Amino acid sequence: MTATENAPATTGVPFTLNGVELEAKQGENLLDACDRLGVHIPRFCYHPRMTPVGMCRMCLVEIDTGRGPALQPGCMMTVSPNMVVNTESEATVKAQDGVLELLLINHPLDCPVCDKGGECPLQDNAFAYGPGESRFVEEKRHYEKPIPISDLVFLDRERCILCDRCTRFADEVAGDPLIHFVDRGAQTQVNTFPDHPFSSYFSGNTVQICPVGALTAKPYRFKARPWDLTGVESTAAVDATGARVAIQSSQNRLVRVLGVDSDAVNWGWLSDKERFIHEATDAEDRLTDPLTRDDAGEFVVRRWTDATKIAAEALQGPAERIGVIGGARLPLEAQFLWARLTDELGITSRDAQLGDGLDPAILSGAPRATIDRACTPGGTVVLLGADPKEELPSLFLRLRHAVAEDGVKLIELTPRASSLSSYAKARLYAAPGAAAEVAAAISTDASASVGGVDAQELAKAAELLGADGPVTVLVGRANLAETADLTAAALVALHDVAPDLAVLSGLRRGNIHGAIEMGLVPGSAEGGDGAAGKSTEAMLAAAAAGEIDTLVLLGADPMADVPNRELVESAFAAVATVVSIDTFNTASTARADIVLPAAAWGEVDGTFCNLEGRLSPLSAKVTSPGQARADWIIAAELALATGHDLGVGSLGEVRSAMVETVPSLAGVDFDGLVSDADGPVIGGDRAWSLSAPSVSVPPVDGYGLRLLVDRTLWDEGTMVHHAPSLAHLATTATVSVAPAVLDRLGVQPGDQVTLNHENGSVDLAVAADGRLPDGVARIPFRAAGFDAGTLIGEGPVVDVRLDRASS
Amino acid sequence: MSRLNAANVTLANEIISHYPKKKSALIPLLHLAQEQDGYVADDAMEHIAELVEVTPAEVLGTCSFYEMFKRHPVGTYMINVCTNISCQLLGGEELLHHAEQTLGIRPGGTTDDGMFTLEDVECIAACTEAPCLQVNYRHEYRLSTDDFDRLVADLRSGKRSDIPAHGTLGTVRQHIPADRRAGIKHPDDEGTPAWFASRQPAES
Ligand code: SF4
Ligand code: FES
Ligand code: FES
Repeated sequence: MTATENAPATTGVPFTLNGVELEAKQGENLLDACDRLGVHIPRFCYHPRMTPVGMCRMCLVEIDTGRGPALQPGCMMTVSPNMVVNTESEATVKAQDGVLELLLINHPLDCPVCDKGGECPLQDNAFAYGPGESRFVEEKRHYEKPIPISDLVFLDRERCILCDRCTRFADEVAGDPLIHFVDRGAQTQVNTFPDHPFSSYFSGNTVQICPVGALTAKPYRFKARPWDLTGVESTAAVDATGARVAIQSSQNRLVRVLGVDSDAVNWGWLSDKERFIHEATDAEDRLTDPLTRDDAGEFVVRRWTDATKIAAEALQGPAERIGVIGGARLPLEAQFLWARLTDELGITSRDAQLGDGLDPAILSGAPRATIDRACTPGGTVVLLGADPKEELPSLFLRLRHAVAEDGVKLIELTPRASSLSSYAKARLYAAPGAAAEVAAAISTDASASVGGVDAQELAKAAELLGADGPVTVLVGRANLAETADLTAAALVALHDVAPDLAVLSGLRRGNIHGAIEMGLVPGSAEGGDGAAGKSTEAMLAAAAAGEIDTLVLLGADPMADVPNRELVESAFAAVATVVSIDTFNTASTARADIVLPAAAWGEVDGTFCNLEGRLSPLSAKVTSPGQARADWIIAAELALATGHDLGVGSLGEVRSAMVETVPSLAGVDFDGLVSDADGPVIGGDRAWSLSAPSVSVPPVDGYGLRLLVDRTLWDEGTMVHHAPSLAHLATTATVSVAPAVLDRLGVQPGDQVTLNHENGSVDLAVAADGRLPDGVARIPFRAAGFDAGTLIGEGPVVDVRLDRASS
Repeated sequence: MSRLNAANVTLANEIISHYPKKKSALIPLLHLAQEQDGYVADDAMEHIAELVEVTPAEVLGTCSFYEMFKRHPVGTYMINVCTNISCQLLGGEELLHHAEQTLGIRPGGTTDDGMFTLEDVECIAACTEAPCLQVNYRHEYRLSTDDFDRLVADLRSGKRSDIPAHGTLGTVRQHIPADRRAGIKHPDDEGTPAWFASRQPAES
């Protein structure tokens, strides 16, 4: 017998559909098979990315499996051999008619004032399959018209047809079962528990999948009618996952973003940040004009030609005294031009990361994983970085599905329990500063606990890493108060145990991977001396030391984003000229000398490169305010003004130049990206070439608590801040510790405590966090009320002490 | 009225320990909460959610599915008058009407003194004893309006010690040691059911 004969049958399943003999795939759902074969069965509750539940009965069709034809819900059927399906029989038509009549009995039919009107499956199905007239003369069921179930979502229970899509999504996909069916029979309604709102990071998806107008999103309510909308496909650029979206506008304003199903990336789901951040594009206080300082130091509005000339002068100083910070906000094309421009000018100090990321060598020096590889059933994922739910929420949904449904084994090597910890098979909660040491101790015969991690967990991790199936490490920055070298060292140690591992980058900032690919990283200037290029932190330090004259900020706000606040302050104080190219007024533009307004997301065409290296389109849908223009044009103009014609006059020409000069982009069809839901992955195979940086971590000092500073989804970030519906969600600064620490201090959650650190002390509210190990104090980064950056210095870790506030 | 008290938390944890999945203890714990307060308070639902590690919304979903979990305070005695077909034919509606008059409340209402809550219910599986009602789910059979008045008087004067306050249920404690039971007889010790006994020929 050959191997092929042993293989399970992969041939199709013969069945009859409306009298035609056809083939379904093995185990294929009847609705999916019919969709694929071009026969539409109406449905409400079925969703291809969720478990079928047969709630709505709209998909009743006549099915004969050998026992005579009977009406059955198609969504609950797997096609079996010789099944006979009739979607057009008299019984089917009557059933569809009846189901719709029943569904409409309690439906308010307020379509003229309903946001869903015009794109409503209930309307469409009623029109196509419904009775046309109702026999129901009784009083309909009434509920209070829409009730807010969260800060962002409203629920109109009268319109709900109880399809279980929203509730299933909340439970099955998001893992936040905060909405549920309540009561029974004719009284059944979707609702939250009193005072426990549906505050899921993913709540907006329920609005998108609700087949009626029962769920509406605050940012879009009554903003537009579906027939007024025009849309394009694009990519969410607010984080590096690169979820595919459709952006829709009405009257030249972005009004709505919908998730698009990309099999390789986001499966149609979006986080609320990706979905609603478009509000920022529309914000009132966008930068609209080029600004320079007059003699009195006040900003004056300039024409582009003048501003460009002034900026060009600053760029023509000695190249080694110029630094370029940022670039992750830019589309790939603009990143490419900035890399070219800085090459031409000989500027080697350029860094798209803001000291809160990782050494780009980690990404170029290790085999690279795709999301699909990480989610391969039977594989193992190591979380060596921040909580993906907070930083890369769409990726979190894929990972959650993988570990919850597909048997992917999870190892947490994090400072505290992550949002996936209930699924973790090994939990290595390494104290800040100890990640590398813990990773190095992973061994099947570990016998002592290391860095706060039990020997048992270390052994479990070793076993999982040694098992069959691909090992993928999601590498990010778990703790901004800890040097990134520790992460690198931990990765190298993991590689010793699992030499076949691949790395999925967990860098979070927008198009950061495009920037790295295009060379906006220190020392990658063409022909430049590699060692000469400075990182953002090195540039700031050099600036503070008077070694840098000009800092160019490409959509970067170091004043807020570089963890070490003191360093930024002294750099800005010392540097002669700051050129900021941005969309909003930020703490950094306020200190700049030249400000150039750039077009924002939704206003420019371009290309996005996600954390896998996957390319997808960025699309323009609305025009930029005032004089703001695309980043690639700004770069091209600055090149001309500095006497280096880059020879590009259109986006098409930029792309041709990219395909010609960037090896990893050879053969990429930029115009085809829109129609390719998955998109090509660039960057190809990479061999392992990392070695561990040596870091020495001081022992915990008298201060007693080691600091963890990490991000939450809702922070005071520029974009969130400028999106009216989201701004108020920003986390407020508290210091959280394990409950045991609270007990020792003798304080209650909510009490004020004094946090003492090297440079002084600050009073903050304290919170209990059971996910934290003892000995760790956590403060969210960019939270409202306190800038955790002021605590972060040069050292590899930060120690603090908490005292009861003396009041 | 509130979260589970300390004694009940101990009991709750004991109940939870009987199940491989904590969530499975949800319904017994709702009974426990109802026993404690006479109804299931919101705070109790939140507490249960913590104990069995689900969200309060999930607890509410389950709790609200079952009519017999009351989510608002009810009287010490819950009187359910059957108005389904057998009872209706034999005077169930009149009995309900009489109950409304006597207690001064409509179905769903509770008397001001908090003693009685009245409900009309569908068949309570004692059709042969129509018209019938339940007091805290204990059956009373073939009631005349006078019988009803006597029942109410007895309940008020505490003569019906066999009927514990609303919410007290035996089944919650099926695994609980005898000394901690609520004083309810195990079904096996109940003897011949009443509706059976009345039809049995006198023993020879
Ligand atoms: S609110 Fe919408 S999605 Fe949720 S159950 Fe009702 S109809 Fe379905
Ligand atoms: S789609 Fe099949 S029952 Fe709803
Ligand atoms: S009809 Fe009243 S008990 Fe059955």
